[in-house]
Amino acid sequence: MLNLKHRARVVLPLICASIVGAGAAETPRGMARIPDGVYRPFYRALNDPVEVPVRAFCLDVLPVTNGDFLEFVRANPRWRRSQVKRLFADESYLKDWAGDLSLGTNAPANVPATFVSWFAAKAYAQWKGKRLPTVAEWEYAASASPTRPDGENDSEFTRRVLEWYSTPTATLPPVGGGRPNVWGIHDLHGLVWEWAADFNTAMATGDARGDTSPDGQLFCGAGAQDATNLKNYPAFMRYGFRSSLKAEYCVHNLGFRCAKDL
Amino acid sequence: MMAALFASAAPGLNAAENGAATPRTNTKPNDPSVVGAEVALVTHAPHVPPPITRKTPAKVIVTLEVKEVVRRLADGVDYIFWTFGGEVPGGFIRIREGDEVEFHLNNHQENKMPHNIDLHAVTGPGGGATSSFTAPGHSSQFSFKALNPGLYVYHCATAPVGMHVGNGMYGLILVEPKEGLPPVDHEYYVMQGEFYTTGKYGDPGLQGFDMDKAIDERPPYVVFNGAVGSLVGDKALTAKVGDRIRLFVGNGGPNLTSSFHVIGEIFDTVYPEAGAQPTHNVQTTVIPPGGAAIVDFQVQVPGTYILVDHALFRAFNKGALGMLKVDGPPDLLVYSGKEVDAVYLGKAAEAGSEAEKKVTALKAQVAEEIKSNPKIAGLTREIQVQKGKAVYMQTCFVCHQPEGQGVAGQIPPLAKSDFLSTLTKEDYIRGVLLGRTGQIVVNGATYNGIMVPMNYLNDEDIANVLTYVRGNWGNSGDAVTPQEVARIRQESPPPPQNKYE
Repeated sequence: MLNLKHRARVVLPLICASIVGAGAAETPRGMARIPDGVYRPFYRALNDPVEVPVRAFCLDVLPVTNGDFLEFVRANPRWRRSQVKRLFADESYLKDWAGDLSLGTNAPANVPATFVSWFAAKAYAQWKGKRLPTVAEWEYAASASPTRPDGENDSEFTRRVLEWYSTPTATLPPVGGGRPNVWGIHDLHGLVWEWAADFNTAMATGDARGDTSPDGQLFCGAGAQDATNLKNYPAFMRYGFRSSLKAEYCVHNLGFRCAKDL
Repeated sequence: MMAALFASAAPGLNAAENGAATPRTNTKPNDPSVVGAEVALVTHAPHVPPPITRKTPAKVIVTLEVKEVVRRLADGVDYIFWTFGGEVPGGFIRIREGDEVEFHLNNHQENKMPHNIDLHAVTGPGGGATSSFTAPGHSSQFSFKALNPGLYVYHCATAPVGMHVGNGMYGLILVEPKEGLPPVDHEYYVMQGEFYTTGKYGDPGLQGFDMDKAIDERPPYVVFNGAVGSLVGDKALTAKVGDRIRLFVGNGGPNLTSSFHVIGEIFDTVYPEAGAQPTHNVQTTVIPPGGAAIVDFQVQVPGTYILVDHALFRAFNKGALGMLKVDGPPDLLVYSGKEVDAVYLGKAAEAGSEAEKKVTALKAQVAEEIKSNPKIAGLTREIQVQKGKAVYMQTCFVCHQPEGQGVAGQIPPLAKSDFLSTLTKEDYIRGVLLGRTGQIVVNGATYNGIMVPMNYLNDEDIANVLTYVRGNWGNSGDAVTPQEVARIRQESPPPPQNKYE
């Protein structure tokens, strides 16, 4: 077990390097290039297309860590815990940090930054000259398994993802520990949930079984579930999770990473 | 397309319309019929909160915390349960018809999933689900008026619903009718549910949820109150003889309908589907997933009563088994206990049936085997003697006595009998088949009794018992065969009817 993990870590940088090398000119450091592709929305309105094209883009190889976020709040005092507006982050904002500018033992520097609101994540991305990925981009990137772009057809991959979603985690491990996917991206699964720019377009109510609200069409996807959707249960759960959020929420298991146009 | 999504997404709007204050509130008119407020006592299974004594509706504050926990599913088997209150089933909530319930759902911050609650006792879209959708580390509040009395299931309705329910997110809420329920001595909370583990039944270690098995409705576990053995041994339900018992039985599912039965009891009263109309004298009541029943019965006899899903492989192979232990004096009029313990051989195969033909063929084969094997053939007489002794000890010994000594003056002896030594083999056979009357002298003593015909014995039994007598007690003579008996039986006149038959 240890051996495998060790080997994976040795091999990873090579894969990353080769991918980074391929997109050389445009790919910033710490990001990987995701090629053109399509995203198949899990929920869609009746008249929406089955596939949404996704233009090639860059995505952070790792989630944003506490260490990264500390630099951000140093440079942007209004995003410090004591100064942030309640409108933009609820009272759990950076709650596991020791203080405004100190991480403490509960928030190691190499662990994903969590208890961060959508507003804070968005501000961080802007400060970095980046943006948050869209749901389409995130889902497209995350559908790749370590060995193939269409990870949803890799039952072992799906099983492991599903396993993570059903297990509560009290303490978070450091970033970069897992095997990267075929694009060289780490930790899209198995570490934390991640904010998306348009997280709240998925569905607007909490009842997954059909609805009488104006969002009714969003649920047709669920109503029309067939055997092929079965493999997409992890996507189902991410949609469920996203739709429970509000932009100022700060959640234990929820972090983010940045994207950038090519 | 994307741009449009962004525009409509506008998370800022959300926050703006609600102002800076974090708790979102929604004003609601006051209900004049509601008097006072109280905090509901919520209990873990198998316990039930006490009956409500209030005569007026009240505002009742109910709080449930959602926790994702690792707990025992069976001995050596753990499972990641998603729970209302840390256990499966979720806490039992008891309110009264007309109450106004202020419901708080807290989602523990270490949980991974958002959750909500759909209470079947709620009148309104989603049963509270849309109003209670809660991210980890957050809390939701909504209120409802308990319009209909009854026993209702509540469950999580967050996508994927089947998985949330399949991981244990269900419980019961009782809305007591205004007039209350008839008093009983014990009330218990039992809820069935099935678990779709990655491993087979009994596979040790931490088990995950298996989506394929859930879709195929093939659960390795079907259990009461969230684990195999949750209601057995020291955890069994208890009562005393004469007690009236009420079980609030729910079925969380997510897929299987329960055929709820208590072995050795008849439900005096069942409120089928937990509705208002009671029915009586029920053996097994059907409880659908997302449904419940109230069953009442009085226990008259001590002992252990087994609660089962009478779809029996679930009870004996998947865990759907609980116990009710009743202490107290026995009532032999109601139940005697075991009165007779006897061997039952059943009926012989019907003549002409396939089974009978097979038996005949086998017998022929055995006979052939014996005949062709001199070793076995040599044993024939010994076997006849053994069998004959058995016949003698059932039929003859009452008169002739176990050692053939007879009864002085009444029954002639068979042992060392000078009379027998004068008889031919045929005489022996006739004696048994036809009986004997008239005076005889045996070993110097005169007898004048009646020996009844023993013609109801079959040829083989007669041959065996005679072989036994002829080879025993100082008598002599060769073995008697069934064929010889059959021949004499044929040529003898029809004997008088045996009065013992």
